[in-house]
Amino acid sequence: MPPIVPRWSGCFALGMILWLSLLASLPLAGARAAGSGSPTLDAVRARGLLICGVAGNAAGFSLPDSQGVMQGIDAEGCRAIAAAVLGDQHKVKFVPTTTENRFTALQSGEIDVLVRETTWTLGREASLGLEFGVINFYDGTGFLVKKSSGVTSARDLDGATVCVEPGTSTELAIADYFRVNNMKYTPVEIQDLQEIHNAFLSGRCDAYSTDSSALAGFRFTQGAHAEDFLLLPELISKEPLGPMVRKGDDKWFDIVRWVSFAQITGEEYGVSSRNIDSFANTTNPDIRRLLGLEGGLGKALGLDDKWAFYVLKQVGNTGEVWNRTMAPLGLPRGLNGLWNRGGLLFAPPIR
Amino acid sequence: MIRPSFRSPSFRWQALGWQALALAAVALIIVMFTKNASQHLAARHIATGFGFLREAAPIPIGESLLSYTPSVSSYGRAFLIGILNTLKVAIPGCLLATLLGTLIGIARISPIPLLARLAAVYVEVLRDLPLLLQLLFWYGVFQTLPAPRQSFRPLAGVFLSNRGMRFPALAWQSGFGWILFAALAGIALAIVLARATALSPHRARRLAAFLPIPLFPALVFAVTRPTIIIAWPALRGFNFQGGMTISPEYAALTTGLVLYTASYVAEIVRGGLISVARGQWEAGAALGLSRAAALRLIVLPQALRLIIPPMTSQYLNLVKNSSLAVAIGYQDLVSIADTALNQTGQAIEGIGLIMAVYLTISLAISLAMNLYNARIARRTR
Repeated sequence: MPPIVPRWSGCFALGMILWLSLLASLPLAGARAAGSGSPTLDAVRARGLLICGVAGNAAGFSLPDSQGVMQGIDAEGCRAIAAAVLGDQHKVKFVPTTTENRFTALQSGEIDVLVRETTWTLGREASLGLEFGVINFYDGTGFLVKKSSGVTSARDLDGATVCVEPGTSTELAIADYFRVNNMKYTPVEIQDLQEIHNAFLSGRCDAYSTDSSALAGFRFTQGAHAEDFLLLPELISKEPLGPMVRKGDDKWFDIVRWVSFAQITGEEYGVSSRNIDSFANTTNPDIRRLLGLEGGLGKALGLDDKWAFYVLKQVGNTGEVWNRTMAPLGLPRGLNGLWNRGGLLFAPPIR
Repeated sequence: MIRPSFRSPSFRWQALGWQALALAAVALIIVMFTKNASQHLAARHIATGFGFLREAAPIPIGESLLSYTPSVSSYGRAFLIGILNTLKVAIPGCLLATLLGTLIGIARISPIPLLARLAAVYVEVLRDLPLLLQLLFWYGVFQTLPAPRQSFRPLAGVFLSNRGMRFPALAWQSGFGWILFAALAGIALAIVLARATALSPHRARRLAAFLPIPLFPALVFAVTRPTIIIAWPALRGFNFQGGMTISPEYAALTTGLVLYTASYVAEIVRGGLISVARGQWEAGAALGLSRAAALRLIVLPQALRLIIPPMTSQYLNLVKNSSLAVAIGYQDLVSIADTALNQTGQAIEGIGLIMAVYLTISLAISLAMNLYNARIARRTR
């Protein structure tokens, strides 16, 4: 009678054990490799590609256009980082994430940076092992209703059914708002953005709540029917949105934050993608440092000295990005303008 | 070379050695993964542990069987509501799918060609379309119902709108608990009496065994005389107030799951029925039994032995498929746990809880079905 366990099975089992131990030790090996001191920067350079987590379905933030090119303020944020790190804004792979898997995608290293209209809160920064680099959009939670409902203020929403995305800071903000104002509501929580839009349009919900910019974007995509919807005047929470990175990689964090500051500084000094070449012989020391003509600040960041030049030349300054992404949705610049023009954009000096 | 024989002691020791080695390898891998995960979680400053279950949950929940206030109730309670919401779909879902599937399975072997063909079309269509698509379809259908102000009124006090079905309900009084208790006691006594009288030749005696079921609660009701208040739904503001609701999300999920699973159940039932030899039907006919009586008394009891084991996996499938609720906004366990782990950032604990709950439900179903199967098998042999 032949043995039930073949003779080679011993070798096979040993091989499996060795292979699995190798797999288990891989993450440790990655962390030990020498380089710039930033594992994320090294990984992006080695790959020649920035992997950027976005929403991929939000007008104004990240939504593919008719050519399939990702457009929006978040998409441009990814391109600006790629321009600074790799010298080419097109070396980006966009990975669509949902509100529920976005943090896990970043924690696990699946993406290098998360630029997904994510609200900066203490709770998230303290418990997720992630941190916010900068604020790229100042927003607030709002409500969209159908004009035919006769509702003109969030105070009229007592007893309403509200469509909201699960896992967002919006659901927390509206829970607080209704509780503080002693009003009742029924939430309908749907993960898929398309389904939640359908539910609101079909009348399953009386109101749709999310960041007011996203509501404006949604109303814009309704085309001729945009006039049937009303954005209620109240903003019930502060929603500062920004890119997130993993904690413990300070050099990568610096890059993400200063790419944004370079774009703000560009707008402040009037340096745009169109006129940037005319500054080649400028004597203004602030602009010379920004464009890497003196100061050697790019090296200190671990990048090419012309990092900000690439960003401004290829993507443009904050004003240009706004005009391409948010202005077409009919959003006023408001808080998202420069500090010396009534907004909150304020960059520390590049020196 | 001499190969150790299957029964020789050397072979047994060798086999035991390999098994011990395999077990040690698995244990080693688990220990390594756990250590790796905890190291990386600590290095990334990600919170760990189940302490968050006692913290206040700020997440809103649309429908729940327990009272719940966002930011006041705990995450633990939110999880419990999620488990109950899953069971609220799973239990009626399994019962209805069994009922519908059995009827369709019987219809498939019906001698009436139209009925058999219709049942075959049902099975082929429902079985071949992805469940997620069917759920989205039913959710879309329920959303086409009119707004609350223009709602259908199929019966007095019942309103059908895109906010769901609203119907009158008894307002719960403290005395109802005793009536419920009496009803349960009545059912228990009826089971005992029914067993004792099962072989009685007197039809009246066999029926009388079931009398405690209506009698017990009626007696308690007559003694305690609780006030009966019926809450009627009424349109106030945006929506109906009062009465009870079946939400469109719940309706879509249950409808989709029942219709889909019933197509598989129908095939299992049909397979079980045709496995019983034709002679059994003919024997029934020879005894003067009608086709329905032969099915009930002769064929179905024999077919059950083959039907029960695959039915268990259909019940397990239905329970697990109910997690597709996320797609249509029904807040089942997975939906609530997903939101909770997103707000707390504790993915490993959240996923662990989901796995533990599904494993518990699945093992409970398997255990109950195996017990039932053992009973059926003994009885028919």
